[in-house]
Amino acid sequence: MSAPDNAVRIEQQIDQWRSYLRRRQAIASVDVEELEDHLREQISALGSAGLGDDEAFLIAVKRIGNLDKLSREFAREHSERLWKQLVATSDSSGERSVRGRREAVVAFGLAILAALAIKLPELFGLQLNADAGFYARNLGLFVLPFLAGYFVWKRGAQPSTLLWLAAAFVAAALFANVYPLATGGTQEALTAIHLPIALWLVVGVAYAGVRWSEVGGRMDFVRFSGEHFIYYVLIALGGGVLTGFMVALFTSIGIDPEPFFERWMLPCGAVGAVLIGAWLVEAKQSVIENMAPVLTRLFTPLFVLVLLAFLATMAWTGRGLDIQRELLIAFDLLLVVVVGLLLYSISARDPQQPAGAFDVLQVVLVIAALLVDAVALWAIAARISEFGFTPNRVAALGENLILLVNLAGSAVLYVSFLRGHGTFTALERWQTSYLPVYAAWAAVVVIAFPLLFGYG
Amino acid sequence: MDLNKDLVAASSTSLVLAILAQEESYGYAILKRVRELSAGRMEWTDGMLYPVLHRLERLGYIEAQWGVSECGRRRKYYAITARGRTQLVEERKQWQAVDETLRGVWSALSLPPPVGPLVSQGT
Repeated sequence: MSAPDNAVRIEQQIDQWRSYLRRRQAIASVDVEELEDHLREQISALGSAGLGDDEAFLIAVKRIGNLDKLSREFAREHSERLWKQLVATSDSSGERSVRGRREAVVAFGLAILAALAIKLPELFGLQLNADAGFYARNLGLFVLPFLAGYFVWKRGAQPSTLLWLAAAFVAAALFANVYPLATGGTQEALTAIHLPIALWLVVGVAYAGVRWSEVGGRMDFVRFSGEHFIYYVLIALGGGVLTGFMVALFTSIGIDPEPFFERWMLPCGAVGAVLIGAWLVEAKQSVIENMAPVLTRLFTPLFVLVLLAFLATMAWTGRGLDIQRELLIAFDLLLVVVVGLLLYSISARDPQQPAGAFDVLQVVLVIAALLVDAVALWAIAARISEFGFTPNRVAALGENLILLVNLAGSAVLYVSFLRGHGTFTALERWQTSYLPVYAAWAAVVVIAFPLLFGYG
Repeated sequence: MDLNKDLVAASSTSLVLAILAQEESYGYAILKRVRELSAGRMEWTDGMLYPVLHRLERLGYIEAQWGVSECGRRRKYYAITARGRTQLVEERKQWQAVDETLRGVWSALSLPPPVGPLVSQGT
């Protein structure tokens, strides 16, 4: 074997050793670098003592010692690494910490801007309570442009993308306000629910930038969305505790803090937290294990159990569904949860891995959900003319069909992957290509429904 | 003769500080020096030196700095601090106390001294 070949092989072996070491949480990457320097020095010392490269590598690795023991020693010295630090700026490298601080300043600045934006209409005489409809319709517009702006600042965007983003937000503002929707009416509620869904995709375009056309870019956005949701919920819980103490404290001195809470703290906090949550997800991206896939792992088997038990009970007792008006929405939500479970387990899965038991469980989940939904649709179809085609019901039906098609497609692709005919990447691509469909339907509900069903 | 693991661990702080008190150094060279000084009787598992170095760094006895080795790799160099020198004096006192105590006991037992040269440096 020639010398260059040998050098390449040693490099490969060192690469492998390094990646093996990196998997250990207690050993930080700078430590890996330090150990690698040691290993290389040892190899070259053994080499000049007359050993072959392979032999030198083996002995050097052996001298470094048992990695489990070493990792334990590192963990004892650096126990904080097992509890990764909260603030990303605590990184030892100076350059990154400056960047981290600047990012924090921008995120907090944008959060304050969003808080100001939601208070801005008050200058024009609009009140949060009295004009709840206006606020509900425009809720996404108070905060999501700032979120998109954050990602544009962070990743940069091409002028064409910028134009597209701006156009999307302007169009959203237009359609949210141009129709004379009845206050407290159905269409107003539909717009309030669907506009943020459509705009979230716009945020995704800003998030992924040029990678929006790739499966990977969209998958990253899916991961971001899941983590962001979890952070938002946590921040909201913390805010609730803070509010509780604030109310108790001020009430104890005879001052009622409720007007302040309702007019300032709640609206400003709710929109600001969206940006702070996004910043936290970005900062901690690689630092902490993603939560959404962990929850998915936990709840997929439980959902499978519930769905199978439901189907079995229905088949056994012969009970039909009690058809109520809200049934369709309930089943929509069920499908959303199942798609979410599927999506987040896909997002955390290594596509190269062969099929395993959890994959079978996923397929069972999808098929069970399809069966349950089919039963529901069957029951509703029989009575839909009786109920009439209200905009609510059409929107819910459309969503049900969209989710149903997604799950059916996923089931087909997943089964073919399990049987070794297809690849997992195909399933990933199916899910990521499907993302615009949700937004498109949401846009249809906002834009076309008022024209089709009136402004009520 | 290999030294007992507990003894090796107990003496590690003094040894590393003493080596670094001579000149600034890095992991591999420190281990090499330990091997020379102990004539190969003090075997450290190479990797285990690093948690020790990091502990001494955390305690403020030594300082680390990334530099570049003679062959152009990034390398972490360690140097002793003023606090480290103070600690070294303290360690030395303690080991001397142990040494003197043991000497007293050995002579009281009047056992024959160990055979063979104690230091086989330069061979």
